[in-house]
Amino acid sequence: MDLIWQGILEAVRLIVTGDREILDVTLRTLQISGSATLISLIIGVPLGTLLALSEFRGRRFILSILNTAMGLPPVVVGLWVSIFLWRSGPFGFLNLIYTPVALVIAQAIIASPVVIGLTSAAIQQTDPKLRLLIKALGTTRIQFLWLLLKEVRFSLLAAVIAGFGAVVSEVGASMMVGGNIKGSTRVLTTATVLEVSKGNFEIAIALTIILSLLAYAVTLWLTLLQQRQHEGK
Amino acid sequence: MRKTFRKHGMWTILIILMTALVLSGCGTAGNQGGSQTGSQSEPSAQPPKPANPDLILATTTSTVDSGLLDVLVPEFEKKTGYKVKTIPNGTGAALKMGEDGNADVLLVHAPASEKKLVDNQTAINYQLVMHNDFIIVGPANDPAGVKATKTSADAFKAIAAKQAIFVSRGDDSGTDKKEKDLWKAAKITPSGAWYQESGSGMGQTLNIASEKNGYTLTDRATFLANKKNLKLEIVLEGEASLLNIYHVMQVNPEKFPKVNKDGAKAFVDFMVSPETQKLIGEFGKDKFGQSLFFPDAGKKDSDIGKAA
Repeated sequence: MDLIWQGILEAVRLIVTGDREILDVTLRTLQISGSATLISLIIGVPLGTLLALSEFRGRRFILSILNTAMGLPPVVVGLWVSIFLWRSGPFGFLNLIYTPVALVIAQAIIASPVVIGLTSAAIQQTDPKLRLLIKALGTTRIQFLWLLLKEVRFSLLAAVIAGFGAVVSEVGASMMVGGNIKGSTRVLTTATVLEVSKGNFEIAIALTIILSLLAYAVTLWLTLLQQRQHEGK
Repeated sequence: MRKTFRKHGMWTILIILMTALVLSGCGTAGNQGGSQTGSQSEPSAQPPKPANPDLILATTTSTVDSGLLDVLVPEFEKKTGYKVKTIPNGTGAALKMGEDGNADVLLVHAPASEKKLVDNQTAINYQLVMHNDFIIVGPANDPAGVKATKTSADAFKAIAAKQAIFVSRGDDSGTDKKEKDLWKAAKITPSGAWYQESGSGMGQTLNIASEKNGYTLTDRATFLANKKNLKLEIVLEGEASLLNIYHVMQVNPEKFPKVNKDGAKAFVDFMVSPETQKLIGEFGKDKFGQSLFFPDAGKKDSDIGKAA
């Protein structure tokens, strides 16, 4: 119990005093996971829409793969991204391994299936009559897609929340592709692992509290947006 | 009103995420630009700017978990201008990174496995740096009576005979290799419910041993650094076979052209320089009242520990 109490005190102290290193790590976590989430949206929303609206052989098969990939273990992504980015790997010449970019790549790969899956599910749930109706308004293809996406924005925000939540909390891939380098690829989760192995439990507890607060703050903000829109409707 | 809310929401998210992307992009671009070209107008008091500043150091968890590299790496960066990416792994993984040319310089402690890399010319400029020692730790009541033994072989025999819980790293690290060697020396093949593999680093393995009232083999540095959280004490120490010898080496640039040759050489030179050796010897004295590592640069492997 003493340890938990000390951890909480340490967390308060680190937050109140605005500890430089902790602040850096927290901001970096936000940047990296935020970028990865954005990329997963750029990839995921169009692909999800395409999958939902088109009919072709093997579509169900692709959807089943995607649904599996939504639970893709980060450590799997971490190892494969590492293999590709190591100097001995095919993309070694880019010198990306152990950089923040490598972290963004790995996290975007983790979040993309979540975004694709949730987007396509959301669009499939819309009433086919509605789709027909929008088309009947004489909309162009772009207008049609825009209106459709607007219709499902509630679910799209859920996809953002799920994607961000998945990447901000994962440690396996970040450790492998980032290497937990101070000032560069150290994020809140990997910093926690390091402090535990150093025996600094108070700081580790403080980091977990900060990470939880961060994840909560972002999710709260997204949820408020989502609900406001819901009520606005 | 409704419309503004809607638009507002969507756009805010996009803008925030965009900002995050741009910021992180800037961060990396800034780093690369600054380090690659060295064109940023820093005052001349700043450290030199090498042509290729990124240096990947593959090492073992003990040098990181003990805090030693937190002292040495900034010193090296300040002196030479290189930017070190320290990747702590078990010695097995660190050596593999060298074998594949995925690291520039290695700092590891498994001489028998290192020899292979030196023999096949994967590692060059192979230098002795320092040693610390392994200790056997266990619960204070010492159920297997290890404190009465004199050698690690006898200690392991006692633990196996009593089937007292022993937590092994099981991760092919330098410590793990050492432990396997000691079992071999004791002529015991450990197996059974009492012999448990944690598959984790030293700090975590110590925690597991402590929680399970078990024994484990650890390096002294990690044990001292974690001691305040552990219900373990030293049950055997000071035997010659328990020495933990660290070497530093460059990955051969002739085999792997992408290796940062100059940076690796600078790091090896730094590790064996008199100033660094002094830092190593003094590391930990203020916190633990004793040295965690003993500088050995210039000595021969066989000379180490004669005095200990």
